[in-house]
Amino acid sequence: MCLGIPGQIVEVVDLGHHIAKVDVSGVRRNVNIGLLTGDDAVGVGDWVLIHVGFAMSKIDEAEATATREFLERLGDPYEQELAELSASSIE
Amino acid sequence: MRFVDEYRSGKVARELSHQIEKLLEPGREYKLMEVCGGHTHTIYKHGVENLLPPGVDLIHGPGCPVCVIPMGRVDDAIAIAERDRVIFTTFGDMMRVPGGNGCLLEAKARGADVRMVYSPLDALRIARENPDREVVFFAIGFETTTPSTALTLLRARAEGIRNFFVFANHVTIIPAIRAILDSPDLRLDGFIGPGHVSTVIGTGPYRFIARDHGKPLVVAGFEPLDVLQAAFMVMLQLAEGRCEVENQYSRVVREGGNPRALEAIAETMELRSTFEWRGLGFISQSALKLREEFGDWDAEVRYDIPGVRVADPKACQCGEVLKGVIKPWECKVFGTACTPEKPIGTCMVSSEGACAAYYNYGRFSRRLETLTT
Ligand code: SF4
Repeated sequence: MCLGIPGQIVEVVDLGHHIAKVDVSGVRRNVNIGLLTGDDAVGVGDWVLIHVGFAMSKIDEAEATATREFLERLGDPYEQELAELSASSIE
Repeated sequence: MRFVDEYRSGKVARELSHQIEKLLEPGREYKLMEVCGGHTHTIYKHGVENLLPPGVDLIHGPGCPVCVIPMGRVDDAIAIAERDRVIFTTFGDMMRVPGGNGCLLEAKARGADVRMVYSPLDALRIARENPDREVVFFAIGFETTTPSTALTLLRARAEGIRNFFVFANHVTIIPAIRAILDSPDLRLDGFIGPGHVSTVIGTGPYRFIARDHGKPLVVAGFEPLDVLQAAFMVMLQLAEGRCEVENQYSRVVREGGNPRALEAIAETMELRSTFEWRGLGFISQSALKLREEFGDWDAEVRYDIPGVRVADPKACQCGEVLKGVIKPWECKVFGTACTPEKPIGTCMVSSEGACAAYYNYGRFSRRLETLTT
């Protein structure tokens, strides 16, 4: 639960409830983007760091790639996080 | 100055390590504490310790949220989970954390409806889908996780969902650092500050460490080179006689943190007068509870919670590990009676716990593995 995982927003699902669909290493799930407001507001195409179903910060693509490579090298903890994300269904 | 390829290269690592070496005062021992469990994990997994010159020691701090939940709180969670009609939801990491009365996984095996969730919003969905049940979310974590619980509560209220309850165990990092600075058995030279917590609280709250305690702190990212560079920045401050709060992770962490997250926390939660930390004892104003306005969603209001205090097992030295007084392998039961399969203490449960990280990687990293392999 402590990992921040990078994902790319592929669709804004419910603007009112701040729900967007992200792609994280091929897994597509809904997350909440309500913590990113003002200058940090995000939309389709943007990269974010996700923590327990919430986008916590906006990052650039280079940062996202580097973080993903780092997590992939971590192995198990990242696999586990992806498995938990796959089981998630946020509305 | 950040290029993905160069970033993890051994060349940069060796250069940094060389630079750190040049800053050493002969004969001086340096102790730097990394506060965050994510850093502990990185350090052992990638053998960062091997890249530091002799005389520079990394001390692992209390920043693993699963590790600091006391036995009694786990028993309280189990008591709630075993009530009729309750669906108890938790992050997977908490399932195997031992209380005095076993762990949640055992409660589930005995028949309690305990479900792992990825997000508090999954718990809220389960409440929506099961209007005739009471769904309780075991909220744990430092400031990184607290905003998620806060936004979930706001959503529950907005939607009028009345069968969703939060069992709040959110802790705050600053009082824990303060407790460590005040503890007489430890001498530290500086801190490597947590990355994700700082995206929420910013860098301001650490200033007292530099100002009142005269210790440098550098907020760091999670990759091996981030940690190494932060160690270099702390050492440079020490060599130059400065003590400041610096930000190595500025590509993600803003000085002011995340105002929306802080606002959501303040709207839904307030400080408890005191809270027990595993191994560290009671620390005043170190945890959050729901505000009275959210009483309808507060598991501690809804249920009679036993609230018993259970002393840590005698053999367990997690307290000393969490304060950095001893290294994991110095605990008498490490790797024998206490293993990730059968943990005695919490530091062995979560992969961010110092004992588990050392058990999984440390023994190898101490021998051979370095960042470059
Ligand atoms: S080895 Fe086990 S009992 Fe000892 S400090 Fe680590 S987690 Fe606690």
